[in-house]
Amino acid sequence: MADPTVTSHHATAPRVEPGATVQLTIDGRTVTTAAGQFLIAAAEDAGVFIPRFCYHPRMKPVGMCRMCLVEVSGPRGPTLQPACYIPATDGMEVVTTSEKVRKAQDGVLEFLLVNHPLDCPVCDKGGECPLQDQTIAYGPGESRFVEEKRHWAKPIALSELVLLDRERCIQCGRCVRFAAEIAGEPQIDFLVRGDALEVNIAEGHTFTSYFSGNTIQICPVGALTSTPYRFLARPWDVDQVESTCTTCAFGCRVAVQSSANRVTRLLGMDVDPVNQSWLCDKGRFGYEAINSADRLTEPLLRRHRSGELEPASWAEALSEVASRLLQIRDSAGPGAIGIVGGARLPNEDAYAWSKLAKGVIGTDNVDAQLGDGLDAELVLGLPRATVDDACSASCVVTVAGDVREELPVLYLRLRGALDADKIRLVEISPRSTALSREASASLRYRPGELDSLVVALTSSGDASAAAPRGVDATEWAAAKDALAQAGEAGRGVVVVLGRPSLAEHAGLVGRAALALAEAWPEARFLPALRRGNVMGALDMGLAPGVLPGRLRLDDGRAWYQSAWGRVPEERGRDTAGMLSALASGEMEGLVLLGADPLSDFPDRALAEQALESAGFVVALDTFLSPSSARADVVLPVAGAHERGGTTTNIEGRVTRLGQKLVAPGQCWPDWMVAAELAARLGGDLGVTEAAALWDEIEHLAPSHAGVTRAVLEGTAGHDGVVLPMAATAVALPALRLRLFDPMATPGIEAVERQGAPARAGSAEPPGTEEEMNGNGGTEAQQRRPRPMGPPSGVPAPHVTARDGYGVRLVSGRRLYDDGAVVEASEALAPLAGVATARVHPLELERLGVTSGGRVRLRGEKGALVLEAHADAGVPEGSVSVSFNRDAGDGPGASALIDAAAAVNDLRLETP
Amino acid sequence: MTVTDAPRIVTSRLEWSDSYSLDRYLDTGGYEGLRKALSMTPEQVATQTDAVSLLGRGGAGFPAGRKWSMLRKGPVPYLVVNGDESEPATFKDHLLIERDPHQILEGIVICAYAIQAARAFLYIRGEFALGLERVQSALNEAYEHGAVGRDIFGSGFSLDIVVHPGAGAYICGEETALLESLEGKRGFPRIKPPYFPAAIGLYGEPTVVNNVETLSNLPWVMVHGAEAFTALGAGRSTGTRLFALAGHVEKPGVYEVEMVKTTFRDLVYDPALGGGVPGGREVKAIIPGGVSAPWFGPQHLDLPLGQDEVAEQGSMLGSGSVVVMDDTTCVVRAAWRITRFFRRESCGQCTPCREGSGWLERILRRIEDGSGQDSDLDLLMDLCDNLAPGVSWPPQQTTICVLGSSIPSSIASGIRMFRDEFLVHVKDGGCPYG
Repeated sequence: MADPTVTSHHATAPRVEPGATVQLTIDGRTVTTAAGQFLIAAAEDAGVFIPRFCYHPRMKPVGMCRMCLVEVSGPRGPTLQPACYIPATDGMEVVTTSEKVRKAQDGVLEFLLVNHPLDCPVCDKGGECPLQDQTIAYGPGESRFVEEKRHWAKPIALSELVLLDRERCIQCGRCVRFAAEIAGEPQIDFLVRGDALEVNIAEGHTFTSYFSGNTIQICPVGALTSTPYRFLARPWDVDQVESTCTTCAFGCRVAVQSSANRVTRLLGMDVDPVNQSWLCDKGRFGYEAINSADRLTEPLLRRHRSGELEPASWAEALSEVASRLLQIRDSAGPGAIGIVGGARLPNEDAYAWSKLAKGVIGTDNVDAQLGDGLDAELVLGLPRATVDDACSASCVVTVAGDVREELPVLYLRLRGALDADKIRLVEISPRSTALSREASASLRYRPGELDSLVVALTSSGDASAAAPRGVDATEWAAAKDALAQAGEAGRGVVVVLGRPSLAEHAGLVGRAALALAEAWPEARFLPALRRGNVMGALDMGLAPGVLPGRLRLDDGRAWYQSAWGRVPEERGRDTAGMLSALASGEMEGLVLLGADPLSDFPDRALAEQALESAGFVVALDTFLSPSSARADVVLPVAGAHERGGTTTNIEGRVTRLGQKLVAPGQCWPDWMVAAELAARLGGDLGVTEAAALWDEIEHLAPSHAGVTRAVLEGTAGHDGVVLPMAATAVALPALRLRLFDPMATPGIEAVERQGAPARAGSAEPPGTEEEMNGNGGTEAQQRRPRPMGPPSGVPAPHVTARDGYGVRLVSGRRLYDDGAVVEASEALAPLAGVATARVHPLELERLGVTSGGRVRLRGEKGALVLEAHADAGVPEGSVSVSFNRDAGDGPGASALIDAAAAVNDLRLETP
Repeated sequence: MTVTDAPRIVTSRLEWSDSYSLDRYLDTGGYEGLRKALSMTPEQVATQTDAVSLLGRGGAGFPAGRKWSMLRKGPVPYLVVNGDESEPATFKDHLLIERDPHQILEGIVICAYAIQAARAFLYIRGEFALGLERVQSALNEAYEHGAVGRDIFGSGFSLDIVVHPGAGAYICGEETALLESLEGKRGFPRIKPPYFPAAIGLYGEPTVVNNVETLSNLPWVMVHGAEAFTALGAGRSTGTRLFALAGHVEKPGVYEVEMVKTTFRDLVYDPALGGGVPGGREVKAIIPGGVSAPWFGPQHLDLPLGQDEVAEQGSMLGSGSVVVMDDTTCVVRAAWRITRFFRRESCGQCTPCREGSGWLERILRRIEDGSGQDSDLDLLMDLCDNLAPGVSWPPQQTTICVLGSSIPSSIASGIRMFRDEFLVHVKDGGCPYG
């Protein structure tokens, strides 16, 4: 439900006083609602639907369409008033069905259709169209309009993704308001006036927003269509399930719709604690990759060391993998085998692979992160915040990359909280990001200087203390002021913790995080790790030194020894460690679990060496990536929407994935590969179906105790369950079935089936409230080890003094990069740009290069010639190069990064 | 002729060719009202203004003093002055802006002093090129003279005035659209509540929005006192008012006459005023207060020019425009021309106004062209009812602002007063007036 305290940009309704209620009558019934609540919402809560077009529960009302006119009593008798922005007051009498209201509704709909083309038979919206539906329900039977309708060229392209048919537009302004109000990018606007009023690209802008697809989703007519979905399906042809988008780790809930075993469309579901109905365009349109003809559909095997990958049967491929891994284990020990990846997997599959690696093979060389994340023990051990915590914090501190690029909808949530004046936000970043202009304060640092900045920021000294060298004094004062909102010991502070730059060692960020945790023991942390189900993979133990359920290896050894029969003796290596060991011959076997180190590991040269030297590489993948193309065996696996299970987002929220498609060809789910391999390696995972894996996780993993399938599938699990559950029962607000609002998000209700299909074998009835909200206290549960706290330290290399003639490299991810999802999506692929060098204008001036000219970046690892752009958001002495974007004819930033170094110093030269 | 004996309050200098210069202004008692006001407390100035019942001259006729008293307490208010006069056949503010800009500025400073505003915005219709030039020159002179700016006349009160030209939209005369326009946004009227800018106005701060003629009265009120002002007019309609007389009269122009004491007949026929209808023809209809107002017929000629008197008869004095239509006028064409204006000037926010204005205009044009049908009259009235339920005056609204609900005025007046003439258009397949 909309926050009724938030109203139009040019209007303010009486603020709702917490707890204050008013009593009014709606159609003769007495209704109690929050003081200040808009009539349209108060009526809806009372079960009275008032028709509407421009009103959207997630945006401020504007009262443009006039469809929601109702009769409201007033000093001059009952008058027609728009229910969408008139606040409820005590004693108000509202009538929604009188003759006068009916005539007004007839009138508005007749007016709306005056210039509407009525081309429903060829319109994508036909069948799920609020204009169609409400015309039938509330409109006149026929029109008295006999004149020529307004004509416009149709459609026009607002962007590569969004087309606009202005003839169908009813000027409700939802799209324009979304762009300005929610995305903060007023790239589309109204032009002209009167009956020539049209939506179009705003003067001086291009519609490049990462959130453009949302305007299509909320359009109440068929005016906005997407290039991927246009003319692809009719609503009555598609079928849907609820699921979670795993393009990044934010965990947006989606309705996945398909027809003939192909995804046709994704719509964002209005889940209050998470995405509130919004999606980013990569998540929304990335399904094209799943439909891609380039998918791997059969196992591939390199039968001769120097030969080609050739199709093979699963039996042959699995035998080959098993025999090679056994060979390596027998000759060099389990530690010679490593597994990289797993963040793409559902929780169940990640658990199966964790159990295979640590319980069957016996290696702790497992890492779901590719050197682009943070220390697993740090992420799992720090006290966790939810997104709602962050959006209501006294002060949010971000130590992360560009949130809009990495976790786009988290950016929308933080931006929304800032816009509504609900939070203050201090950004700590080596270069400006999309959040910089929204933040209360934005502090720049040079890679390697994060530690000292954090220490200065947390020192309790007087607020007027001078800013550290290189930090803008105004921003510093603003940051101190924002932090003054927090309570003692950092109470109310939420730290959004990610990787500010891939060219800065994760250990430096980890140290800074520990310093923050020490200075602010009451602060909570929201990890800003971006990779699909990275949080679930870490929870499941796909990292060195940890076991499923947020346990340190040593703390959980006894527990898992008894459950699994085997646990690795020693802490293993992370991805950087494994790649180094492979390169030096200390390790021989490598399993790539949906991972592409050549593209994603920050140090391309090391990844190259490792793959070159590895004795045996097996890749489980959906596409033949640069890395999997170099493997000895390639196993095709199911991708997004092709498997069930659960996923875990950055908050630790577990939600269910809905399976919508049958995977193409001979693709298997990843857990099944693990189970089959286990059998061939002389072990037994003990499962024959994914659902049983969840039961085992719930039983064994301390952080997951109590989150039974019954909880996940019951009403309590509607918006997912945040881990760990409270140890004792907590009172939850009255839960009710989520209502779909077909006027807010047309299309979600238009199909019959809701929710993920019931899973085979799930026969348990939903538990009682106590069982659902607490994990009780059985004996077995009391024996469970407790999830870990933060580590005492994080290893980090020494930061060398910066060479006065050099520049320090900053490298972050962009939403549209050269990754598999974007490359395999026809609509998204053209949006990925090439890598450029962004440097401070003065730096360019010193070099005598104009913005747009070319520069050479030269470092220990290699050199790149890139187009240079002047960017005042990059401090002097730094250079920013986007990660995983080609430099035009080869690898980009990863060619420059030394994974072992604390920071990466380069020379900036003319080519 | 008593009607022309009343003192001229806002047009006293117009006989001078250099009426807009500071020298002339000072020679003719200029800025004396301001000096007087500054010698009083702000509260006294506000009380005196409230006491004279200075009705707003922009259209709605809301008492200025009461408007000031509604300001949300606390924040420093803004004063916004509406000089966006754009209603067809309304040109009285135009005259004040071009011919007596100092009087406007003096009124602005007096008002700002009364409400303790630190900044005033004077929003002037962009098409008034000469007016903008004159106002800007006058403002420069006034700053130089110490009547505007820091420490005005040594009183300790300071005020800056910003002149803002409009960009060519009638709707920006609607006070909330004007505020949006001032804020640099598209001129969309704001939704109500908040009902009054006095609570939440420019940049969200409490704001008084007054018309230029309204404020032009203040210097005289300060100099001559409340009693002299209230001695003029009657009831709530005190003082004088400017009327822009247009249409079928011998002498169209702007006339300042005493309210209530003067009638429409005086205005149209008095030799010193309109001088009668050309050729001695009959008055067919009168638009009494701008094209938003329902029409009057010849039977209303003896109605006094007073706000309540006109309202009781179902129309308004509105913008101060009086248009006379004689018996050579085609009412269908008149209604069509007015409706076309509204179609072109609708901001496009609200469905009924955006789509209704165009539809109504096209039906009227069809009737005028001879392709109408009998049923079009009912259709017109029903569409009018969808814009302004009941089609009565003052109108009920289905839209955010009153532009939409004003469209039916001319159409409904035309059909109600001259139904047969509409039907003749349909029957004869064309306009009887050629």
